[in-house]
Amino acid sequence: MTDAAPSNTPAAKPAPHVKENAIIRFENITKRYGKVVAVENVNLEIREGEFFALLGPSGCGKTTLLRMLAGFETPTEGRVFIDGRDVAALPPNKRPVNMVFQSYAVFPHMKVSDNVAYGLKMDGVEAGEIKRRVDEALDLVKLGGFGDRMPDQLSGGQRQRVALARALVKRPRVLLLDEPLSALDAKLRDQMRSELTSLQEKVGITFIMVTHDQDEALAIATRCAVMNRGVLTQVATPADLYEFPNSRFVADFVGSVNMFEGVLDKDEQDHAIVRAPELAAPVYLDHGVTGAKGSTVWVALRPEKIEMHKRAEGSVAMKMEDAPAGSNVVPGIIRDIVYLGSETIFEIELESGRRVKTFRSNLTRYDQEDFTWDEPVWLAWHACSPAVLLS
Amino acid sequence: MAREIKEKPGPLEYMRQWPLRVIVGATLLFLYLPLITLMVFSFNNSRRNIVWQGFTLDYYEKAFNNASLLQAFTNSLTIAFICTIVSVVLGALSAVMLWRFRFPGKVLVEGGMALPIVVPEICMGVAMLVFFARVMPWPQGLPWPLNLGAITIAHISFAFPFVATVVRARLASFNRELEEAAKDLGASEWRTFWDVLVPHMQPGLIAGALLAFTLSLDDFVITFFTAGPDTITFPVKVYSMLRFSVTPEVNAASTILIVVTVVLTAVGLHMQSQEPKEKKA
Repeated sequence: MTDAAPSNTPAAKPAPHVKENAIIRFENITKRYGKVVAVENVNLEIREGEFFALLGPSGCGKTTLLRMLAGFETPTEGRVFIDGRDVAALPPNKRPVNMVFQSYAVFPHMKVSDNVAYGLKMDGVEAGEIKRRVDEALDLVKLGGFGDRMPDQLSGGQRQRVALARALVKRPRVLLLDEPLSALDAKLRDQMRSELTSLQEKVGITFIMVTHDQDEALAIATRCAVMNRGVLTQVATPADLYEFPNSRFVADFVGSVNMFEGVLDKDEQDHAIVRAPELAAPVYLDHGVTGAKGSTVWVALRPEKIEMHKRAEGSVAMKMEDAPAGSNVVPGIIRDIVYLGSETIFEIELESGRRVKTFRSNLTRYDQEDFTWDEPVWLAWHACSPAVLLS
Repeated sequence: MAREIKEKPGPLEYMRQWPLRVIVGATLLFLYLPLITLMVFSFNNSRRNIVWQGFTLDYYEKAFNNASLLQAFTNSLTIAFICTIVSVVLGALSAVMLWRFRFPGKVLVEGGMALPIVVPEICMGVAMLVFFARVMPWPQGLPWPLNLGAITIAHISFAFPFVATVVRARLASFNRELEEAAKDLGASEWRTFWDVLVPHMQPGLIAGALLAFTLSLDDFVITFFTAGPDTITFPVKVYSMLRFSVTPEVNAASTILIVVTVVLTAVGLHMQSQEPKEKKA
């Protein structure tokens, strides 16, 4: 369905601890609340050792899916397997999974060590063993020595670590994380991101995370599932999601994108041409598209894949070396500049009136080219850059 | 040219403005002067107890030697104690039920439970009298403390809705994820209730218990209608003593009751403040 050519499929993130067996399997899962369909016919396999992200806007059903694994929701139709076992009949307290809640849900009336020990106590582990494992778990989340504190003496980030330790100490087959980073401030979030990844690598447990933040999912997960209105839209590695989205929804939801509606004009084995009314030049692609000639398609161009060049009044269009003259280059005028420090966002108005976004990294401290407001520019892109979407 | 600058009170510094000081002073005066008078005159060395005659502890001694007064006092404490325990259990359970479940007729149950709070006490009293006389007569001549059954039941019926209301309000701030977390960690429904829900309800339970205890201890109207000749409570006894004359003995007995309630309330409030402060999540 995508325009992915085998040659430019990026290598997956190295994840040596991912095994072949599916530890989680959703089979034709549907969940209805009265007439509202929260999850619709989801089929999904998650392999052991993965850091898997369920990504989607709020209300897309991702949390419902996660809560089905924990046992707090039961599917209306379909079956859920954990470790090859149908868990329909298992209540939450009998499942080999543990969850880190969005509010952390650290018991406020218990010491940190009692919080972490709670699950082991429920399992009837003997006291000496509990103490050893609690200390070990607290060390793992870098909270060694905090065992005697009460939760209200901890910061938000520390409370989250307690929640993590409390879940991990039970050595679950799968750890579920519900929006784990959403309640932290920006700096702490970045730090927790990398800590979560290294923690997962250290313990080797399958992590499944729900998030609405695409940056978070791309940064942490080995594989992501994008959901929209209860339907699984695409399941892929972060790089594939970003570079080879399979629909307008995914292209738009993951990262930022310039989308143009057009008509497939030519579709050969080694190249294709799309004509978009909003673009003054045809879009030339260096690979074929599996679509009928004359059908409506969408061209998705990531801002960082658009080059910007100075354009003198009356000059001839520049030519991209990998596209025929006259294609993949359009004229425009800079209308807006947003300086972000590491990069600058330019908003360019095309002749059709459509505005297009592009980034430029601020590679030097003094910008030699010095682009400014209302300056005429050429926008150009390589023949391999646009993603053509059929839906 | 050093000049003393007299600062004007800020707009919110009410205690530095004289009209408000007067109001606060008058309020405290009207609230506490009668009580203080009562306590002071319990030490009055005069039977008629109208004019101060001199300090004495005689009437405390008299009160402590008054067997029927002591009996009434023990009765009151016993009733209040049982009423508190039963009301807290019943009230907490009904609060949890109303908070947790949706069922047909829930609105009716909720309204019905609030009824004893709003119905005039005199009506409750008459209703109890009729109930125990006609519908379910409480057997006479039972040994103590079983003979207090009718009064205790009457007290529970008007005290537990207060407990339920207080606990229900407390439950509104409960984070459902705590309950899910406990279950997720392997706790059964029962363990979850004890380990997570009850600790959260605790301040409400203490406040409710205090309410139930004081409501029961000083109730006169309802008790008056349900008490028999051998089941006199403290307020009823004081009332009957008043009919003869206001001796300092009545004052002494009342002072003891005040001290007991104040001490118990202080203990309850102290226990409540021992609770670790929770961060609002």
